[in-house]
Amino acid sequence: MSIAPVKCSVEVKAPAARAFDLFAKNMGAWWPRGKTPGGRPHADLVVEPRPEGRWFERDAEGRETPWGKVIAWEPPRRLVLGWQLDHQFRYDARLLMEVEILFQSLDGGGTRVSLEHRNLEQLGTEAEGFAVKVRSGWPERLQNFADAAARN
Amino acid sequence: MTYRSSAVASLAALADPTRREIFERVAAKPRAVGELARGLPVSRPAVSQHLKVLKEACLVREVAEGTRRIYHIDPRGIGAMREWLDRHWRGALAAFQAFADAEHDKEQNG
Repeated sequence: MSIAPVKCSVEVKAPAARAFDLFAKNMGAWWPRGKTPGGRPHADLVVEPRPEGRWFERDAEGRETPWGKVIAWEPPRRLVLGWQLDHQFRYDARLLMEVEILFQSLDGGGTRVSLEHRNLEQLGTEAEGFAVKVRSGWPERLQNFADAAARN
Repeated sequence: MTYRSSAVASLAALADPTRREIFERVAAKPRAVGELARGLPVSRPAVSQHLKVLKEACLVREVAEGTRRIYHIDPRGIGAMREWLDRHWRGALAAFQAFADAEHDKEQNG
């Protein structure tokens, strides 16, 4: 058994293939600087386009900090990422939580983007600190993404 | 207890691998302590102690059946954990939506 996964979804105007690309290949464009595992602001966030591909950030000087890995790369419909960061947002290869993102075409040309976060049991590892960090980090991070998008 | 503090307590309770194993056994099927202890490399009193922690974190609850106490999953603690993750991802997808729609509008107008 496991804890029931967290699920949520949004609809975007772009077709599935474009939505997939924006999500997976433009992560660095919206993720706020200074809110990542790396010691310096990220220049890019890379999701290598293949199973077992790396998921990492790169700073302006080319230094890389791992985040996790690609479990499934199936454009334009499905992406599964393995999140391997601990409660202090440090890479830990022993952790592997799955985040599955599905892109479903809608009538009218848009796409429903559905996300499922599973293997929540693994959050037990030094969980208190992790919970605090994630809780305080994400809403702000996403707001930054929204703000950046609005400025473009 | 607020959602926030109970989520933290639930997660902390699962930090211990033996406790997580016990929790997963309870989740698979409600059981008494003796049955839970079977096959685990820890003593029965140790299992009872882990169950106490899980109970305090609202992850399991005990139900009396005759003279036996059967441990079940407690939806409250799990609900709290899922609550904060749910908020986190809702925010994430909202941000993605804002970004993707802005990009799409630019492409349509450009």
